[in-house]
Amino acid sequence: MAKQYVSTTVNGDQMEVLCDPTQTLLDVLRDELDMTGTKEGCGTGDCGACSVTLDGVLVCSCLVLGIEANGKSVETIEGMARGEELHPLQQKFIDHVALQCGICTPGLLVASKALLEENPDPTEEEIRYWLAGNLCRCTGYHKIVEAVQDAAREMRGN
Amino acid sequence: MGRAPSPFATKIPYEKKDLKIVGSNPTARGDAVDKVTGRARYASDISLPGQLIGRVLRSPHARANILSIDTSAAEALPGVKSVVTRDDFPDMEVEHAASGELMVNFRDVTRNMMARENVLYDGHPVAAVAATSDAIAKQALKLIKVEYEVLPHVIDVRDAMKDDAPVLHEDQFTKGVEPKPTKPSNIAARMESKLGDIEKGFAEAEIIIEREFNTKPVHQGYIEPQASIANYTEGGQAEVWTGTQGHFVFRAQIAKLLKMDMSKVKVIPTELGGGFGGKNNVYLEPLAVMLSKKGKRPVKMVMDRDEVFRATGPTSGTNVKVKMGCTKDGRITAAQAELNYQSGAYAGSSLPLATITVFTRYDLENVSVVGHDVTTNRPKVAAYRAPGAPMVAFGVETVIDEMAEECGIDPIDFRLLNAAKEGTQTHFGPKLGPIGYIQTLERAKAHAHMKEKLGPDQGRGIATGFWFTLGAETSATVNIGEDGTATLIFGTVDVTGGSRSAFAMIVAEELGIPYEKVRTMSGDTSALGFNFMTAGSRGTAAGSMAAVTATRKAIARMCEIAARKWEVEPDQVVWEDGKARPAGANVGDFAPMSVAELAKEASWFGGTIAGHAEINVAQGGPGFGTHIVDVEVDRKTGAVKVLRYTLIQDAGKAVYPEFIEGQFQGGAVQGIGTALNEEYIYNDKGVLENAGFLDYRIPVASDVPFINTEIVEVPNPDHPYGIRGIGEVPIIPPLPAIANAIHDAIGIRMRDHPMSPPKVLKALKDRMIEDAAAQGTAAE
Repeated sequence: MAKQYVSTTVNGDQMEVLCDPTQTLLDVLRDELDMTGTKEGCGTGDCGACSVTLDGVLVCSCLVLGIEANGKSVETIEGMARGEELHPLQQKFIDHVALQCGICTPGLLVASKALLEENPDPTEEEIRYWLAGNLCRCTGYHKIVEAVQDAAREMRGN
Repeated sequence: MGRAPSPFATKIPYEKKDLKIVGSNPTARGDAVDKVTGRARYASDISLPGQLIGRVLRSPHARANILSIDTSAAEALPGVKSVVTRDDFPDMEVEHAASGELMVNFRDVTRNMMARENVLYDGHPVAAVAATSDAIAKQALKLIKVEYEVLPHVIDVRDAMKDDAPVLHEDQFTKGVEPKPTKPSNIAARMESKLGDIEKGFAEAEIIIEREFNTKPVHQGYIEPQASIANYTEGGQAEVWTGTQGHFVFRAQIAKLLKMDMSKVKVIPTELGGGFGGKNNVYLEPLAVMLSKKGKRPVKMVMDRDEVFRATGPTSGTNVKVKMGCTKDGRITAAQAELNYQSGAYAGSSLPLATITVFTRYDLENVSVVGHDVTTNRPKVAAYRAPGAPMVAFGVETVIDEMAEECGIDPIDFRLLNAAKEGTQTHFGPKLGPIGYIQTLERAKAHAHMKEKLGPDQGRGIATGFWFTLGAETSATVNIGEDGTATLIFGTVDVTGGSRSAFAMIVAEELGIPYEKVRTMSGDTSALGFNFMTAGSRGTAAGSMAAVTATRKAIARMCEIAARKWEVEPDQVVWEDGKARPAGANVGDFAPMSVAELAKEASWFGGTIAGHAEINVAQGGPGFGTHIVDVEVDRKTGAVKVLRYTLIQDAGKAVYPEFIEGQFQGGAVQGIGTALNEEYIYNDKGVLENAGFLDYRIPVASDVPFINTEIVEVPNPDHPYGIRGIGEVPIIPPLPAIANAIHDAIGIRMRDHPMSPPKVLKALKDRMIEDAAAQGTAAE
């Protein structure tokens, strides 16, 4: 199948790429743009390791075709820190030991950021249900929930 | 496990001292920033110029003879650069080696990596291709023609043990039976372990409980699928980047399986996206090397999730019979178990470990354990966090709960009455040293959790767990930079980031420099001497023994530099508070020298400062834990919700307490997943029906509550910092603790795993029918 031209914005940068129409956004990010921060755990939308936002909407990039990103804005884990300064969620994940092996961490951070943009003061239950699409096998979620609560508190300014 | 303890193994006695760094929570972890920014490099993140993509063709049958394999059409497909089958790999003789906590046999390892005469499970590799794109590689797999003769299969362990069961291996005769059987059997081995006189023990018992338990296989469920990239060059050397729990063991296995010199194979461990024992085995690595050799380009291979479920891991499915007797005042007099463990397609399950751990929490006089290792048409089992132990604990800890109930004794008090302690004779050999089991029980009894009120259909359960701490070969190098900073190169795999930080804290403590001045990094197989895998909870415990040994050698070298500068003897210099100092006033009036000052002088006084360790760490320092869980049973759906969870465990010494809490919580939640949901489901053709995270459902954030943790510290006497292994104990108690809590909630004993909604609902319905029948009988 002939490749298609795709013009998209990734973390604010204009990107041009030739995509096979069957390629997922995840494959385009990882294999064509060499942005390997977004991870693949299942390829079927069950684990959330490939979470990114597409025009602000949280998606599993393994369930989106690369050509669907044409003309849209993609945000990935690579765009979360501002230079040397980590996003409050990234810092709180470190402070609370909310990561071990780290393979689920980019997806969890992207999903948590989307949560706090929609709901700056989530309850424990709201955090747990929002993150129910992001599997973590190391931490038992305890410290992840604490880190999100703490980051939310800091981002609200109290 | 698997190897006899060496008399030359290293023990360093516990040193009681005030610690400045060890035991605190560092503000920065060496691995963490890269992991939160997406910069950490896992195996599938690595690409090499000119690489090919490798894919594996897998058996669709549970059991079949391979009559022929025709790869010609695949080889002719443009873009396909190499194809490998059984013909590309040498056959192997029977030879056993330790691979993590389980033993492997190279004759079987080569067959498991690439089928030879037959396929023995759904997902068994039969061929592999490497092509210029993933799409071409997948297309090529479809062009490979394999002619199978499908044979009857067997999945369940009890079925496989029957006389008329299809036998997987015609040359497998049960080991451990005299005289040697004349008929082949799926029972690969029979094991026995005894203490005292079991008949006498049951004769003394006033209460005897005998129960049977069944568990399904569960998968380690690491989120990162297996991935490897290999580059075989024309000079006959291979480099392999891979996600592994033991790169040195992988190097040895790749070299053996491909008949290469070990020195020609270099394995570089990448960041590891979870292992839990499941990344103790080679699957893709030898295939990638051979595809690269034939294709003359680097080859990258990444498993799809369904391949991970179908062909890696899982645990044994088991059938466990437990019979225990006690006096009415709660003293256990006899403990007997029969353990039937699936090993999957090839012999070698976690049975030896189950045999050791089955009753080792209790001080018992009369014990009898018999076990069978049974081949079935499933993937060859792999270690999974305390391999073999949750299943036996399911049996023993629920029978103990039942005995406590019969005696009218609180379940914690019943365990305290029978608890193992220093000096307890185990049924498998050694006497226990100082351990913290009783402390975990006492802390549980006093915990605020125990005072929480329970509502209708809610119940509380207790269970405990034991696991040893593996030692084995461990190497490390400490290099002191010219600026006085230190770099530790370690050879164990740091699975989670915890041991990197723990090692840095320990090296900083030893040297007397700030934690931030120590960097720790993993060395590939060319950087250090052989290291055994990160398995058996040994990562931090054994790795830190090598780190301490190497650091102390660097300190000795620094004392030598000071001696040369001061023109005194090296034994007239001591190391205190991070500085070389004169050993006494009579040595002379010399200003103490810091690491940075000594590093500056090192060149003139003989050369760079470094220290090495190549040791075999002695096994020891077992860990014990007690768990408390509250559940609520939904009588309409059979769903069991975990309301509260508390875990108390002896860590010996918590080097990095918050990280240990995290490992405790993660292990407990894996155990909750095992207890309530996870299971392998095969159809009648022996094909796995739930090879994905949608249908093999591991716990998600909304399934679990916060997990309360408490750390007990009873130092390991054979470790300078008192460290015990902590990684595996937490997964053992959840399964029985939840079964006991369900019984407390609804009065029903669950003995079939998992305790999923359909099973609990059926148990509730069966109970209603029984109750109605009993009422009917009473009314008549």
